[in-house]
Amino acid sequence: MTTMPMIESDIHPAVDNPPLPVFLPDDQLPSREGDRIIQFREALREAMSEEMRKDKRVFLLGEEVAQYNGAYKISQGMLDEFGPKRIIDTPISENGFAGMAIAAAMTGLRPIVEFMSWSFSFVAADPILNNAPKMLYMSGGQFGCPIVFRGNDGAGGQLASTHSWCVEALYANVPGLKMAIPSNPYDAKGLLKTSINDPDPVFFMESERMLGDKAHVPEEEYYIPFGRARVAREGDAITLVSFGRPVNFCLEAAETLAAEGIDVEILDMRTIRPLDIESIIESVKKTNKVLVVDQSWPFASIASEVVTQICERCFDWLDSAPARLNTADVPTPYAKGLEYDYLPNPERIVDAVRSLVNA
Amino acid sequence: MPQATAESSEQSTMNTAKADSQQSAVGQAPTAKTASQLPKEVLIKWLYDMQLIREFENRTMQAYQQAKIGGFCHIYTGQEAVAVGTIGCTNADDPVITAYRDHGHALARGMTPEACMAEMFGKTTGCAKGKGGSMHMFDRPNWLFGGHGIVSAQTPMGAGFAFSEKYQLEVIGIGKKKVTLCYMGDGALDQGCFHEAQNLASLWDLPVIYILENNGYSMGTAINRHTANAENLIDRAKGYGIRAAKIDGLDIMNIYNEFKPIVDDCRENSRPAFIDLKTYRYQGHSMSDPQKYRTKEEVDQYKDKDSIAKLCSDLMTMGHIDEAGWKSMRKEIADIVRGSVDHAENAPTPEPGELYTDVYANPEKNLSPTATYSHGTKNPLM
Ligand SMILES: Cc1ncc(C[n+]2csc(CCOP(=O)(O)OP(=O)(O)O)c2C)c(N)n1
Ligand SMILES: [Mg+2]
Repeated sequence: MTTMPMIESDIHPAVDNPPLPVFLPDDQLPSREGDRIIQFREALREAMSEEMRKDKRVFLLGEEVAQYNGAYKISQGMLDEFGPKRIIDTPISENGFAGMAIAAAMTGLRPIVEFMSWSFSFVAADPILNNAPKMLYMSGGQFGCPIVFRGNDGAGGQLASTHSWCVEALYANVPGLKMAIPSNPYDAKGLLKTSINDPDPVFFMESERMLGDKAHVPEEEYYIPFGRARVAREGDAITLVSFGRPVNFCLEAAETLAAEGIDVEILDMRTIRPLDIESIIESVKKTNKVLVVDQSWPFASIASEVVTQICERCFDWLDSAPARLNTADVPTPYAKGLEYDYLPNPERIVDAVRSLVNA
Repeated sequence: MPQATAESSEQSTMNTAKADSQQSAVGQAPTAKTASQLPKEVLIKWLYDMQLIREFENRTMQAYQQAKIGGFCHIYTGQEAVAVGTIGCTNADDPVITAYRDHGHALARGMTPEACMAEMFGKTTGCAKGKGGSMHMFDRPNWLFGGHGIVSAQTPMGAGFAFSEKYQLEVIGIGKKKVTLCYMGDGALDQGCFHEAQNLASLWDLPVIYILENNGYSMGTAINRHTANAENLIDRAKGYGIRAAKIDGLDIMNIYNEFKPIVDDCRENSRPAFIDLKTYRYQGHSMSDPQKYRTKEEVDQYKDKDSIAKLCSDLMTMGHIDEAGWKSMRKEIADIVRGSVDHAENAPTPEPGELYTDVYANPEKNLSPTATYSHGTKNPLM
């Protein structure tokens, strides 16, 4: 039987010289200040549209992404620009279309799979956990899987327990995947563009509660590298490590605490796999106290992982035991007040910081 | 190589063009309408491949019993006509994906017996450098996308390769009309994802052919105990608007006659199909199966209709091979397979550092608290 010639690659058979974007140091990224204020959802849309204009291998599929313009209006207008062959409405068959997209990625296409919510990804658990992150390894480096899975993660607003999943701790456990969790529109755009270009499967977490958040997003193109945390606020009393929506809770809590003379330092991790542990260590060496704020359940959470790594890497620099603040360890409740109490909300953060700093 | 590249967004890359010109020269499916009109070389090659698989599996069982092969290992013996006959209807660059009973498909696709055996021995020259084992045979140069251990996981992916080839043709403007072959056991009929895959394939006009290797058992559960209306499976596919046919899977000439027009039609008209191929496995489900669920008489009954014996006698009647030729073919194959075992025995085991390669294509730092990942070396056999 005949064989097919393989492209010679200096790097890796599956990578084929990855055209990774140019990553600028943080202080050379375009400014976060400026007139052009857009929503988080628009930032996501711009990221996808810019990459789709450049690379015909990139396409978007998911439920209601095309004719309905996106269940959350993230893909609004994209059908008009790119047509139905690249903006693809799927049936409600997460297992089927996720598996299908993975195969497309193995042959070199660059699918973006939108889960209406990560809560619905469990019916696709087999393809997204068993196939995407393991394909490169299981095939001995022959087939990679450059794919992005993205969608809403975490409590959306009184959706109760089936629709409020935080999947990061469950999924980040699996080697072979990368995970990005932006907290603001600027990072959302830069991280999603990087995700689309990365040759590995990227799990990208958004929050329904943040899609309307507005911030300056520059016109210039930029990419935010994985594994580089951002100092969202400087301070010396304690380090708050967070990612995604709870970064905003931390920022809110910081205002209250500042009024009491407590200046917290907030690290926005941006990606948790890779995890920028060096930046955490650097900050802990300055503040000697740390609280990890994580909107998933405490048991075996990302917070547990961060605390473990802190203990392993800079235990001697700590003045008190590293602490974590998670959602309450119960299924997500429906009632508005209960849901609020369940989250690592600003009041809970303020209380936790006070007791750590005043200990 | 079966990957679209960034530059190919605009036009064919050099590599794609190079690949395509090679493809058109070799590895094209035959065009004859019926198997009896096929050139002698094609028919002889079928016999050769089927016997290669049988001999290979005999040696596999031996090596397993000697504990040289570990894990779960599923023997293809009895079903050879299915892989060889259906793959024989396709071009060498049509994508193929299958389940864990995959040695036969790998060999029929052109994987060397060395790479296949070494994989099961867990050696560096195995097709996946010893990282996949018996159930996970991947062969990029031969367009084989696995070997999948989860029952039916390959069915949405089969639709995905068809989608990808269609997308490359229609959106990027590269490639050519292809058909994807997606093999599945009868157990996979019962998985939800197969129904999702059929719906997607039909809805989006994807040229994927689901080949049900209906050996009558899902492990120890006979088909009439695990799937409803088992006598009439093709009606299910028809329910999705998918062309479907029931084919005797023990007679390879018959497989060609009935399967080839379906392949050509799916390729030309970009439509899916479902084929219920009746076949039988001679060995247990895996290497550890006491086979209490079937009788020796039943097995013998199928052995009497053995597909290799049938093809051999047909070819003798046609004058394509004689006893002496058949004997020397078997001898040649036995030597090759023995050679593959020797190769696997003597091939190096992976270095400990290989544990951390091929996890990420872009292995950045801090991806793991305990591991430092790197690129693996390329397998010289693949
Ligand atoms: C999702 C899943 N469930 C169970 C198993 C265990 N298992 C492996 S093979 C098998 C039987 C499948 O039989 P069939 O699909 O008919 O294929 P055959 O072995 O006959 O080739 C089972 C139950 C599995 N691998 N995956
Ligand atoms: Mg079976």
